[in-house]
Amino acid sequence: MSSAHEDTQHPISTYLWIWLLLFVLSAFSYMVDYFHVQGLLRWTLIIIFMFLKAGLIVSIFMHMKWERRALQLAILVPPLCLLVLIGLMAIEGNYTFLTRSVAFTP
Amino acid sequence: MAVETMSGHIAPAGVVEGMPGVVTDFSSDKQVFPVHWGKAMMWIFLLSDTFIFSCFLTSYMHVRMSTTVPWPNPSEVFALSLGGAPIPLILIAIMTFVLISSSGTMAMAVNYGYRRNRGRTTALMLITAGFGATFVGMQAFEWTKLIMEEGIRPWGNPLGAAQFGSTFFMITGFHGLHVSAGVIYLVVVALRVWRGDYERSGSYEAVEIAGLYWHFVDLVWVFIFAFFYLW
Repeated sequence: MSSAHEDTQHPISTYLWIWLLLFVLSAFSYMVDYFHVQGLLRWTLIIIFMFLKAGLIVSIFMHMKWERRALQLAILVPPLCLLVLIGLMAIEGNYTFLTRSVAFTP
Repeated sequence: MAVETMSGHIAPAGVVEGMPGVVTDFSSDKQVFPVHWGKAMMWIFLLSDTFIFSCFLTSYMHVRMSTTVPWPNPSEVFALSLGGAPIPLILIAIMTFVLISSSGTMAMAVNYGYRRNRGRTTALMLITAGFGATFVGMQAFEWTKLIMEEGIRPWGNPLGAAQFGSTFFMITGFHGLHVSAGVIYLVVVALRVWRGDYERSGSYEAVEIAGLYWHFVDLVWVFIFAFFYLW
């Protein structure tokens, strides 16, 4: 059982460590641009650093890690349906690009 | 054994954890989320806000994928000359660090709130608001540079695809609005902490709820930074 009592008292150092980690991860994402990493490696690194940062913020800073599973699922699962939207729009965007290339490019 | 949660609510004995806990929480004809109502509502608001920002970012993906005109290189557009040579994306990097720092101070403010340390909570919240205001200030500087010097407009720009301007002003503008609202929100809550409102009511939930909003603003920036500036 996750006794949530300890949360109220977890030491300030927890937050300082997460803060430092977020700083380092942000520095890494900036380095990706600074050193002109290109192509698939660039996108992979950007996505990895992004999700690591987002995960730390949501789980530690927003205390999601210590909430009950019901609240975790109620908040974290619904956004997954956005993947459908993103998928559909990617297909649509590709199609529009092809159509424009054929019909409108001089 | 009674379990005291984060917020000091007492969960009844024999509370079930994990997936079986999800079933009992939703099915046993009781309040589903054993948290302060304001916290549950803030989470639901943030969920809806997630959808709004995701729609913006998805539409940005769509216009960027579908345009046949080359997309301006954000690395160059947002470069800034500091002592001669232009440094790519430097202002955006500083803005990112400022916002992350504000999240750090906010997390500590919430912690001190639950420790009932009124002075430190107030101070850390005001520092957070200060970082937020700094962020908005830098964004105003960035917008000014883009509009006045680069000639970028929502309907077109001299660098390439017209959609660059429209999505940029839409997404960062909406985010900046959230930060500005957050600064006001934080200052209001900080002053109420200082006045002792939560000391009297015996509950520092309001600080955590304000914190949730603030961390969300930082969270959105993580995605904007990755998809708009770095991609």
